[in-house]
This record gives sequence, structure tokens and C-alpha cells, in this order.
Amino acid sequence: MALTREQIAKRIAKEIHDGYYVNLGIGIPTLVANYIDPNIEVMLQSENGLLGIGPYPTADEVDPDLINAGKETVTAIQGAAYFSSADSFAMIRGGHIDLTVLGAFEVDEQGSIASWMIPGKLIKGMGGAMDLVAGAQHIIVAMAHANKEGESKLLTRCTLPLTGMHCIHRVVTDLAVLDIENGAFHLRERAPDVSVDTIQQLTAGKLVIPSHVPEMQF
Amino acid sequence: MSGLHKVVTNYDAALAGLTSGMTVMIGGFGLCGIPEGLIHAVSKKPINSLTCISNNAGVDGFGLGLWLENRQIKTMIASYVGENALFEQLSISGEMEVILTPQGTLAEKIRAGGAGIPAFFTATGYGTLVAEGKETREIHGKHYVLEPSLTADFALIKAWKADTLGNLIYRKTARNFNPMMATAGKITVAEVEEIVEPGMLDPDHIHTPGIYVTRIIQGNFEKRIERTMTRTEGTR
Repeated sequence: MALTREQIAKRIAKEIHDGYYVNLGIGIPTLVANYIDPNIEVMLQSENGLLGIGPYPTADEVDPDLINAGKETVTAIQGAAYFSSADSFAMIRGGHIDLTVLGAFEVDEQGSIASWMIPGKLIKGMGGAMDLVAGAQHIIVAMAHANKEGESKLLTRCTLPLTGMHCIHRVVTDLAVLDIENGAFHLRERAPDVSVDTIQQLTAGKLVIPSHVPEMQF
Repeated sequence: MSGLHKVVTNYDAALAGLTSGMTVMIGGFGLCGIPEGLIHAVSKKPINSLTCISNNAGVDGFGLGLWLENRQIKTMIASYVGENALFEQLSISGEMEVILTPQGTLAEKIRAGGAGIPAFFTATGYGTLVAEGKETREIHGKHYVLEPSLTADFALIKAWKADTLGNLIYRKTARNFNPMMATAGKITVAEVEEIVEPGMLDPDHIHTPGIYVTRIIQGNFEKRIERTMTRTEGTR
């Protein structure tokens, strides 16, 4: 079975280590926060100027001056810090963020990513995504393996305008965990009850399949 | 208004000298930390062909959405404009020029502009549309794009507290782009929630020193929220 959005988030949460500073993008990446091991200490960064994102506020706590990068009301944890957008991106560009998780329309076997624009259709802008892929120490892309028509989103070359070139090394989809190395996708794990053949069929880019592909553990 | 005393009491005085064709920076992230009254006042003036520098473009009917409705913007420099249907329409039809800029590059362009640095190299956007037509350079084996800095005729910003000398303090994530824009405007107008006398703000707590601020006006803020998310008491 293909993973749900929540299951993708749960699998990605396992990549977050004790002491990490983490930036989570909008969509599935935001859900990752719900599954972080409660026994580790992690600081979540929001690029609009907050280190130490807390849970959503109760109705009484709602503060219009306190939002996350998705413009949702949030809270700040004890020990949080606020700062300007320039300071925020100094953290990001300067390599101080240990891990970022973000979505994508396409990823290719060279590690390039497209996530911000569909020419003639969708012009929303890149927000902080280009800075994050240029500066974060580790990047995980959370995405569907294929679109609704069954066309692969893991390609030989991205067809859409890029967010970053040769910068992605790990992708978690609804079907698999893959690493990108030396110009190919390397299959590391498969979703429960999803066959290697299915993953192969839905991966347009070069796919390296080891002799044993374990099922994902959550 | 004279010397170092910067408080003005009406929006005409706050915006004196702002004319069509100028470049204007507007602080805020989404609708958080925007100078609401200044934006509204500009929307009531016969000013157009503006080049606007702002992370976002407001929503339909509020914030910079008002300027879009009046067709006051010729060129928009922003990082994310997905919240505004009219924006998409005006940009696709070509009525308005849009220069999408990575958020961190935008922040640094403004910071650099205010600090007298004409351009800087960044890895952000290398190999993408953002780098097209720009000088690139390899430094220590990594590729960088030369990004020119930004300044503006006017910077319209929002702060929490000001003293009459223009020292500013921001609140929570309403800080965002406001401190850099304060430094990059030839004329910087700060709309604030509260104005106090000099000495009432701890000098160690000032975010923007008054040297950057030309005028201060006390505003009334609706503080509209784009996405109210809540949890029930006792959950995490």
C-alpha cells in the first residue's frame, strides 16, 4: 500500500536526530513535527523569524504577531528566539540548519529539484525554498512518487524550472525511500506491501536496486 | 517636525514626497507586521507606476491587495505571491511586471542596500532561472550568483514601539523584513502601535536605531490573520 501523507511524515521524522535545528516546509513537511521522537531535543526554525516553534495556540493564545512560514498562527516554546528575515536566512544560507524537509513537483537523478513554478499555470514564487536547498546541511524531499495520471515525478532530468541544481540526496515518497548518488536513484526502503517492480515502473530516472530492499519501519 | 523629533500626526505628512514612479519597500510577512494605515493611505492617493519591494503582495482586499486593485503597481519584487488571485491575473496578463526573488536573497539584497554594499555573491539560485543574465563565480569550488542590492525612495515599515527619536522595537514574528527595510529607504516611515518619550525604551533592547527612521506615525492595526490554527486545551 502506498503511504498516506501522515505515514510519509512519520518515516521522515526518523531522520531527525537529537540536537538538530530543523526547518520544515509547508504541507507534508509540516506534519513531520507531530512524529518527532519525544525523547530527543529538537529546535524547529520558521524562516519568517522564529527559532523554537511550539504547537498551535489554544483559542485564547492566538496572537496575530506570531505565525509560521505558512502564515498559520503558532506558539513559541520556552527558550525560543525571534529575529529578522535577514538573520533567519543567515542561519539558513550559512549552513546552521541541520535538516530541512520540503516538497517538490519533480526531482531528478542528478539531484536537481523543481518545486516553485509551472510555466503558464502556477506562479506562486519560491519563497525560501531556493535558499534552503542551497544552505541546509541535509535536505529531505517529501513527495508523491507519481502524479495522478501515474507519471513518474522521479525523472532523468527535471522538466520544470529548477529550485536548486544537484543538491538533493534523499527522497521519501509514498512508495519508497531513495538516495541520489552518482547520477542515479538508489532504492533504500520500500513502503509495506509495495513491490520493487511497482517502484521500478513508476521511476523514470535511473534506478539502482540492491539485492535486498527492506520494508520501511516506523 | 524638526531636528530629531520625528513624530507626524497624519498620513499626508507621513507620506509627503511620495510620488508616482517611485520605488517603495513595504515591510511584513504575509499580513503579519505590515504598515496597515500607510498602505491604506497610499491606496487613497493618485499615485501609480510604483515599483514595490515586499516579500508578499497582500490578499484580495487587504494589505498590498489594495494597491493591486487600484493598478498602482508597475513592478513587484517579491518571493511568494500565492495568496492573491488578482496578482496572478495581473502578472499572467502582463499588466504588472513581477520579479520573483528567493526570500533569503531578497532579505540580503535589502540588508546590503541599507549597509552600502552594492552586490554580493550567494549560492542561492545558482543553475536556476534566478541566475539568468547574472554574473556567476566559482569560489573555493562552489558556484555563486552575483546579486545586486536594493534601496528604495520610501520604506514603509511597521514596528511595535517607537520613541520620538525613531528608535524601534518589533514584536515576535512581526519583525520579519521591517528592520532591513528601515535601513534601505531614503525616507523611512515607521507606523507603530505605541510612541514613548526618549529614555522609556532600554537602549539594549532597540532593534532599529533611530538614525534609520525619518518619520513615525501612530497607527491603528486590525492585524488580520491569514490562517487561524488552534488546538484544544490540554493537547499538544
